[in-house]
Amino acid sequence: MTDPTGAFGDPLHAPFWDAARRHELVVQRCRSCGAHQFFARLFCLACRGEELEWVRASGLGTVYSMTTVHRQVSPDFAVPYVNALVTLDEGPRLLTTLVGPPCAIGARVRVTWKERAGAPPLPVFTPVGESG
Amino acid sequence: MTGQAVYITGVAEGPLGKVSDQTELSMMGQATRAALAEAGLREADVDGLFVRYRTTEPLVEHTVEFGEYMGIRPRFADSTDIGGGSFEAFVHHALLAVAAGRCEVALLAYASRQRSRRSRSMLLAPDDYTLSGQFEAPYGILSPIGQYALIAARHMHQYGTTPAQLAEVAVAARRWAQRNPKAFVRDPLSVDDVLASEMVSSPLRRLDCCLMTDGSAAVVVTTAARSRDAAKRAVRVLGAGESHSHWHISQMPDLTVSPGVVSGREAFGMAGIRPSEVDFLEPYDNFTSAVIMHLEDLGFCAKGEGGPFVEQGALAPGGRLPAMTSGGGLSYNHPGMLGLLLLVEAVRQLRGEAGDRQVPDARLGVVHGIGGVSFGAAATVVLARD
Repeated sequence: MTDPTGAFGDPLHAPFWDAARRHELVVQRCRSCGAHQFFARLFCLACRGEELEWVRASGLGTVYSMTTVHRQVSPDFAVPYVNALVTLDEGPRLLTTLVGPPCAIGARVRVTWKERAGAPPLPVFTPVGESG
Repeated sequence: MTGQAVYITGVAEGPLGKVSDQTELSMMGQATRAALAEAGLREADVDGLFVRYRTTEPLVEHTVEFGEYMGIRPRFADSTDIGGGSFEAFVHHALLAVAAGRCEVALLAYASRQRSRRSRSMLLAPDDYTLSGQFEAPYGILSPIGQYALIAARHMHQYGTTPAQLAEVAVAARRWAQRNPKAFVRDPLSVDDVLASEMVSSPLRRLDCCLMTDGSAAVVVTTAARSRDAAKRAVRVLGAGESHSHWHISQMPDLTVSPGVVSGREAFGMAGIRPSEVDFLEPYDNFTSAVIMHLEDLGFCAKGEGGPFVEQGALAPGGRLPAMTSGGGLSYNHPGMLGLLLLVEAVRQLRGEAGDRQVPDARLGVVHGIGGVSFGAAATVVLARD
């Protein structure tokens, strides 16, 4: 899908959305202490170092919490749907949507991508199978 | 605490509920005149202005516009926004400003017509330049119910807190509201009623969520000398504290711990009191689950024990910790930001003028405000009858 808007995202997060177009989930990594972080900053929140790079995350994580939305407030979001916080294996936590089979807090999930009109693909998560 | 003693000498509600014949400015003005009358003061005495309000106008400098409306020219002005608990932070700031002599009569005011204006949207607006617009709005999270639902779900998972325990909080608030003629809803309410109400964003049901009303209030904070002008008993501000930790829910360090831990510790420490000495609590009850966390974070019980704590009417009239004594945001009024109305109720309890809902021999009260769409800010005030 071509993105008619061209550049997308604020100046700090444009690399995130560029990677999303390739279906790659990226987070910042500190070259000094190795900590991963998201949202992006010009410094490392852990050690205050200023050399940061975008690295591809494994795309795997664990459901930290989840809520099922039952009230429909917009035609854009058909209920029920599940909002969740997923803690990536690298450390950062993302607000997201869970798709696929039902799961619970503590479940292992992996990233997948929801295509959007007029915007880059959106990372959502789905339970990993037995094979992980 | 350093500096001179500081008192609340006037409180007032302005119009509440559904207000079709006034503006936010006029509502605040009406509340201000009533609060100043209680304090035995006039507009010309006010030299500190602490104001926030909710309009649909995006560009408003709050103390400036309200100062113009009232004809007040302060020498100390503060429009801090840490959400609904901003007013507890205002008391903290006013306490310091008055004690330091930077102002003598501090006026706090608030109003909102969010109900009449239908100005509240449950969805965040997507965009490609804000963090929330890029990374929250596209997921359709109901805000702030969704963030608080994620917090409540984690608390349940980690500590076994139950939907019935959440419902106990709503029932306690309603039992207080039934004793308050100004409460927006006063119908009888049972735990089963709460559990049968519409699921909005699990585990939060409609009756776990606060009201959306219009409302307004004003509070006067001043010196011991000026407190002698007051028509009613002055209430001393013994301590105050505030903190914040995050804005976006993904950045909340631990979903089961709020910055109320810090604001409570600061306020209780400044006042030199312990939770066991507190006669009543006015907690920011935007959601039932939040009240359970407030009890833990302020030290009324251990972390994880808030659910069992609220059982058997512990927060209701006659309970071991009377809380939400006006009926709270759940049943009295919740005009977008509740914090100032919590202070009004606490002062009335400490004056012994709360009528049918009076807590017997109330001498020490705690007001705990919070803010942020993700439980990210908190401010706590300790008030005492002298």
